[in-house]
Amino acid sequence: MREGPCDEVLDEATLDPTLAQEVAREPGGEGIRRCFACGTCTAGCPVRRFNANFNPRRIIRMVLLGLREQVLKEPFVWLCATCFTCQERCPQGVMISDLMRAIKNMAVRQGNMPEGIPLQVNLLKEKGTLYPLDEFDNKKRAKSGLPAMPGSHDDVGPLLGELAGLESKGKAGE
Amino acid sequence: MDRTYALFLGCTIPARARNYEQSVRAVAARLGITLVEVPEFACCGFPIAAADHRVSEALAARNLSIAEERGLPICSLCSSCTSSLTEVSRHLEEDPAELEEINKRLARIGRRYRGPVRVRHFVRILWEEVGLDRIREAVTRPLTGLRLAAHYGCHFIKPSWVYEGFDSVEDPRTLDDLIRASGATAVDYTRKKQCCGGSVLVADERTAMEIARDKLVELKSLQADALVVVCPFCGVMFDSQQKKIEKTFEETFDLPVLYMTQVLGLAMGMGEKELGLGTHAVKTKAVMEKIEGAKGAA
Repeated sequence: MREGPCDEVLDEATLDPTLAQEVAREPGGEGIRRCFACGTCTAGCPVRRFNANFNPRRIIRMVLLGLREQVLKEPFVWLCATCFTCQERCPQGVMISDLMRAIKNMAVRQGNMPEGIPLQVNLLKEKGTLYPLDEFDNKKRAKSGLPAMPGSHDDVGPLLGELAGLESKGKAGE
Repeated sequence: MDRTYALFLGCTIPARARNYEQSVRAVAARLGITLVEVPEFACCGFPIAAADHRVSEALAARNLSIAEERGLPICSLCSSCTSSLTEVSRHLEEDPAELEEINKRLARIGRRYRGPVRVRHFVRILWEEVGLDRIREAVTRPLTGLRLAAHYGCHFIKPSWVYEGFDSVEDPRTLDDLIRASGATAVDYTRKKQCCGGSVLVADERTAMEIARDKLVELKSLQADALVVVCPFCGVMFDSQQKKIEKTFEETFDLPVLYMTQVLGLAMGMGEKELGLGTHAVKTKAVMEKIEGAKGAA
């Protein structure tokens, strides 16, 4: 995402008004139209302090304007730490962290996500946990005086059916 | 009040934060909190919320239904697990249509959830239910002179709508109170509420490390003896990644990272081994020397 003055004028014909409607239908996206662009979110954002590519106010504005391609394809939304600082402070009650999640969910449906996401999903499908424990782990647990735990859970996979065949196009987040 | 909870460990703690688990179990036993083993618990759903919100809710609800079957509230140790389970419990309590949708999914694995199930972070239980007075009474070796900085992280107190505002988001005190109850000094600092950066690792490692570094820089200038955390992600970010952060930015911090329960365990006279203090990436020796030195001088 570019910072500072921009001499490119948006071409109205390329704006997609259905984007905001779509985001508003996602769980967490409902309040997006209440944003009056005060910038409280961006001012307090810990990610923004170190990486100018992430700017929640700008992302919200891009959605409202209908910049579909940029919002759903470019990787910046994945920089959100889900720390809830902006959400807690928004004077308009926009659930900004939930909104960022809604945008990520929409991007995932188009195959745009960091490569770590499908890796995690596949691990959960197979094992039901992100850190499957083997015999060696349980030996270490025993040594620390901790009870043994099952290595995996086979009844988690069926709950991940909606994410079948998830694959990253390897664009977002890199 | 009966303090019996189903213990929710999540994915990270059993594999990567056994020292945290050890210290929780030891402190719980000392304070009369019964933690019941529930081997069926699996992923809390948090890690895949970014991929699909409803799938993540279904994973959380699976765990909630297991606790419900046992008739027990949940005690979780990871802040992100706590927020995921608490939020879904609250959401499904308030939204019958969503509950129905989630139950359709749970039917695939022969489960059904009615709710609500109460979910509490272990440290919230200590502060809210056990209370500072009882904790102070249990202290046998006050950590006088030790300067500890509380790191609240994000999901221990946020989103506030799911946590009934048990602590203030903008001016939190839970961990500072507990640090003082241990006899140590709670270091006040400007970046106290700042995120550890851990959630950004998946998208941009450099940014994640810059966020963590920022806090380490301030705490070094304030000469804190240790950073105190209540979440394994924060623990991994500040302890396991600290060497990498030092290398990347060519700085030395050497700041030990302790779990709140290790601090309380030490104040209750428990040993290093019992609290898993020998397993940290950043050595905790300086902290121990300071505690033992204070005892020797007294």
